[in-house]
Amino acid sequence: MKTVKVLGPGCKRCEATAELVKTEAAKLGLEIALEKVTDYAAIAGFGIAATPGIVVDGKVVHAGGLPKAEDVAKWLAG
Amino acid sequence: MSDCRVTSCGAGPAPKSPTSSRALWIGGTLAALVLWWLVYGQLKLLADRATAALPLAPGSHAAEAVAFFLYDTPKVLMLLTLVVFVMGVVRSFFSAERTRALLAGRAEGVGNVAAASLGIVTPFCSCSAVPLFIGFVSAGVPLGVTFSFLIAAPMVNEVALGLLFALLGWKVAATYLAFGLGVAIVAGFVIGRFHLEGWLQDWVKAVRAGAVDLPPEDLDVVDRLRAGVDAVKDIVGKVWAWILAGIAVGAFIHGWVPADLLASIMGRGAWWSVPAAVVVGIPMYSNAAGIVPVVEALIAKGAALGTVLAFMMSVIALSAPELLILRKVLTDRLIAVFVGVVGLGILAVGYLFNALFG
Repeated sequence: MKTVKVLGPGCKRCEATAELVKTEAAKLGLEIALEKVTDYAAIAGFGIAATPGIVVDGKVVHAGGLPKAEDVAKWLAG
Repeated sequence: MSDCRVTSCGAGPAPKSPTSSRALWIGGTLAALVLWWLVYGQLKLLADRATAALPLAPGSHAAEAVAFFLYDTPKVLMLLTLVVFVMGVVRSFFSAERTRALLAGRAEGVGNVAAASLGIVTPFCSCSAVPLFIGFVSAGVPLGVTFSFLIAAPMVNEVALGLLFALLGWKVAATYLAFGLGVAIVAGFVIGRFHLEGWLQDWVKAVRAGAVDLPPEDLDVVDRLRAGVDAVKDIVGKVWAWILAGIAVGAFIHGWVPADLLASIMGRGAWWSVPAAVVVGIPMYSNAAGIVPVVEALIAKGAALGTVLAFMMSVIALSAPELLILRKVLTDRLIAVFVGVVGLGILAVGYLFNALFG
């Protein structure tokens, strides 16, 4: 099972990103552990400068802006 | 913080399309631009006709105000759409991470200039200000250089410049650009000279993160055009209410505020009007899109340009809500220094501008 973290202080776009990850995972039939990281210090610890960010199994794959659905699918499957 | 300001909170490009639709996208964009141009040329005529059709005495206060409102609303919205679209495409070439990589380890001085300039094109919004601040500082971007970016990014943005250019001409827009960058560069440099790293909140000092390596984004023409459309949906959808409010205030000024009254308060003769404009601007929170129609009406009524630009910069760059957000990372002392240095910079711009141009 993949661990996915969505990094963001809780703005609208971070929520949308988390939803997108859920939707894409469901489409692929993947079970994931989704965690929202809202603490600023924790977010900064991942080394990104723009939110929302996405971390899959400990690796940062995206930072800043709503990601493309197909990219999310790629990260989840990869 | 769900309120993102004018700039894109990351209008991420949507899914990739098959190559067959590429021609459709490019053709559609060109057609939309031509249509835009045709409609825009007719706005004044349409607004005059619409005003004449209303039961208002020609030349009365109400007619003046309504004419201003009917003309300015579509004009500003159309201009905003065009500017935001173009900048959405341009911004798809930049990201906060890339900007940070360009700025990390850069010497002060050159770094301040680069930071302020990159502030114009890097996607930024106030809900991203805190992560961005920490991300920059923890990756080795000097504090003063980070401040140059934080001051320039909201103040000298594409919406402010585009609307000033369209409504008040290139001279005012170029001056705003030059002086806005000047304030950001000098204020950031001065804050850097004070060596106030110790005045950050303790937890910020503790964060030590290396810059992350992101896989390069693979965007084609369609993705970039789409980024432009997304930016329009995102930003215009968010700021149109601000614009209507700004134009309504502008229409009121246009119709009812007597020119000699305004000239005596905000004209060049009143020395105290520049500091007053800065102080009044701080608690006010608007974005560039809302403030430009007000600026337009004030100038038409004889307010001095330097005073009005100082007011505009103060409203955008020193807003109370943003200062509250920044308190998460900065101590009150550092915020006071920030407000003081930026405020003095804006003050200097106001006086200098009033002295240079009349």
